[in-house]
Amino acid sequence: MSPIFEVEKLKKSFGGLAVANDVSLSLASGDRVALIGPNGAGKTTFVNLVTGNLTPDCGVVRLGGATITHLDAMRRVRLGLVRSFQVTRLFQDMTPQEHIALAILQRDGRSGRMFGSFLAMPDVMSETNDHLSTLGLLELADRKVREIAYGQQRLLEIALALALHPKVLLLDEPAAGVPQSDTGRIEQALAQLPADLAVLMIEHDMDLVFRFASRVVVLAAGQIIFDGSPADVTRDAHVREAYLGSYANARSVT
Amino acid sequence: MALLTNRESAAAPRRSSRYSRDLIGIAVILVFAVLGYLLFPNNLALLTRITAIALLVLSLDLVTGYCGVATLGHAALFGAGAYAAGMAAVHGGITEPVSMVVIGALGGAAAGLISGLVILRAHGLPQLVLSIAIIHLFHEAANKASSWTGGSDGLSGIAPDPLLGLFAFDLWGRTAYVFGIVLLLAVFIVLRQLVRSPFGMLCRGIKEDPIRIRAMGGSVQATLIRMYVISGAVAGIGGALSAVSTQVVGLDSLSFTLSAESLVMLVLGGTGSLYGALIGTLAFMWFEDLVSAANPFHWLTMVGVLLIAVVLFAPRGLFGTASALAARLWKGRP
Ligand SMILES: Nc1ncnc2c1ncn2[C@@H]1O[C@H](COP(=O)(O)OP(=O)(O)OP(=O)(O)O)[C@@H](O)[C@H]1O
Ligand SMILES: [Mg+2]
Repeated sequence: MSPIFEVEKLKKSFGGLAVANDVSLSLASGDRVALIGPNGAGKTTFVNLVTGNLTPDCGVVRLGGATITHLDAMRRVRLGLVRSFQVTRLFQDMTPQEHIALAILQRDGRSGRMFGSFLAMPDVMSETNDHLSTLGLLELADRKVREIAYGQQRLLEIALALALHPKVLLLDEPAAGVPQSDTGRIEQALAQLPADLAVLMIEHDMDLVFRFASRVVVLAAGQIIFDGSPADVTRDAHVREAYLGSYANARSVT
Repeated sequence: MALLTNRESAAAPRRSSRYSRDLIGIAVILVFAVLGYLLFPNNLALLTRITAIALLVLSLDLVTGYCGVATLGHAALFGAGAYAAGMAAVHGGITEPVSMVVIGALGGAAAGLISGLVILRAHGLPQLVLSIAIIHLFHEAANKASSWTGGSDGLSGIAPDPLLGLFAFDLWGRTAYVFGIVLLLAVFIVLRQLVRSPFGMLCRGIKEDPIRIRAMGGSVQATLIRMYVISGAVAGIGGALSAVSTQVVGLDSLSFTLSAESLVMLVLGGTGSLYGALIGTLAFMWFEDLVSAANPFHWLTMVGVLLIAVVLFAPRGLFGTASALAARLWKGRP
């Protein structure tokens, strides 16, 4: 099957620090891939580069076979390449309901409408409520985001990405900051996604990774050092070294 | 499913309460308008001027309060409307007042498009600098094209026909005042719709986090330009009202001073709310009139002191602070 999402020889360095060094990766429809790696490996930077939030020094990004490297972030989203943020980016004065409704209206090309409130659009309201209830946010639908707990903001961040109906979904540590009791909701929401959607999830929680992913990619110091099955990843010498190395560093710092 | 129906029925009263809040707003404007008419029958010219400036401040609120654009050049949109209406009357022979207002709105919208295209290229301080450059360019252009605009003497000889062919623009300014209030109400009703619409929500999102809007596939630039054009139309209506009511258009309508003052009025009333814009305009212009009559030499000092007091003690503006207080009192109730 031809890949829906392809990254070829992506390079980026900040000053002298190479955070993406010849990163190549491809996803096929229906793939469930976990991207793991030590802190500072360049995982978030990778997402920023492919979604157009950062400009790569060189390299090519393709979506559905077409090169999108020259497109801005907005156009990539419209083509179906959607991300979530590791640190939530939400509108503090808006409600979860408004967030999801705005995403739906935007997706359907109706966000430019200058009259009428979405509250009076039954189709938008019912879809909004569906998304909110999937992540257990229905109770909070009318609260302002600034008033709800961070864990729930994280869930809203994911709901927002899902409401855009992506073809390729990049989740940046969706479970980080979510209370253990609620991570089940994320897994449930992910399990309900259309089967042909390609998902790349960055995650530190290895239990979640093993339950979710059929393939694991390991990034260390801007390079892919492993790309294979979850069963093999723990046995791989390079991976252990990278993680051990980072633990050793962490220990020497403290 | 049970939850779903619950939510939908919960939304209905909320919607109707929003509309009843609009009705209250309209009623309050009308009451103020009638009171003004009855209490200050000899000061209708000032009240009409306040109405025209209120349209400018509402227009500024659209781009600054709702979209977060920093500008010190917003009078360009107001002045463009005033000159468009004035020149249509003097040079084009279009003296029917409603047509003059339509032409003013178009002139303002065109100026909004031009300003927006320039100002929105930058952010923060550079944006502010571009906006100042814009107002000076507009001012200079009007000054140089004196055969069209009357230059520094102003554009005079604007003689609007009777309104609807029935009500002549009288010496006391009654017709102009009523015309102004009707325009203000119409604009207010349209803008209430606008700020609540999906487009209004998109603008509020852009103000807070444009990167998030892009990550939702939203176009920041195109949305802001559209809002600038709408804002231009609103300011242009204000400018046209000023041209129709005073029957002259001066360079001061295209000035940096007016731009800065309109920003002061907006901050005074509270940004990001239409009521804030109206209250700020009324408070500032009433205070200015009061203090400049009492002490013509130091009124600017007093305005300065008032502003510092508001910024220090009521940073969300008069309306923002008052409504926050009211909300707190309401919550404190058993
Ligand atoms: N805009 C930037 N300018 C300079 N350096 C940056 C920038 N963004 C990231 N970096 C650096 O690039 C490196 C990779 O950062 P990145 O956020 O991609 O790591 P990560 O793998 O997502 O880590 P984590 O697991 O902590 O989220 C880090 O050393 C970071 O300090
Ligand atoms: Mg990261």
